[in-house]
Amino acid sequence: MERKTQVTAAEGRQDLTITRTFDLPLELLFKAYEDPEIVAQWMGTKVLKLENRKHGGYQFETYDPKGNIAFKANGSIHEFVTNEKITRTFEMENSAFGVTLEFLEFESLTADTSKLTMHVIYRSAAHRDENLKLPFDYGVNMAHNRLQEILNPLK
Amino acid sequence: MTAGAIAANFDTARPTVSKHLSILTECELLQQEQNGREIFYHLNAKNMKEIADFIEPFRQLWDDRFNKLEAIMKNYKPKN
Repeated sequence: MERKTQVTAAEGRQDLTITRTFDLPLELLFKAYEDPEIVAQWMGTKVLKLENRKHGGYQFETYDPKGNIAFKANGSIHEFVTNEKITRTFEMENSAFGVTLEFLEFESLTADTSKLTMHVIYRSAAHRDENLKLPFDYGVNMAHNRLQEILNPLK
Repeated sequence: MTAGAIAANFDTARPTVSKHLSILTECELLQQEQNGREIFYHLNAKNMKEIADFIEPFRQLWDDRFNKLEAIMKNYKPKN
């Protein structure tokens, strides 16, 4: 079975492409990017600002289960065409991969299905690889936290 | 497969395919095997898997995120 989410990241390049097909009409897919309340739900983040227009900006704040700020993200919107495309920058504060330029393209496949193509450009190939590694570090952190939880009562 | 058989699957010029093959061999993603006058190329499955494994957690992260988006939007009722 073909995977719904695919990542293409050629060796030595400073970009990557994420594609995803959705069992959703194009309008609903786009709404999930446009409506701050919905963005907050699926990204699991607090949306402080989301200005969907040329020269607009956005700001997210994500909390860990204890209520501490896990990370802050922000960016500028360069292009915003409803049901078609969003061009924006993205920055996760204090991350090793720096600021990225993102081209999001939304297309309708059938009346009930749609596709998103995200082309992400990094400052360098090394910055891109740092981002690819992020879930590894996250996974290791989660494992450490879990280990600590298990070991704490034994202290 | 021989370089010729591989090249037959692409519209790209034969020298371009050869160049790709030599880079993939250099990265140890392909293995060469001399058989008489011909060179056969084999996939190095182990190293291919390492590359896939490197990207997989990142893909998984986005897959989870998008699954969530899809589930939320399937239950979406427009506000009137």
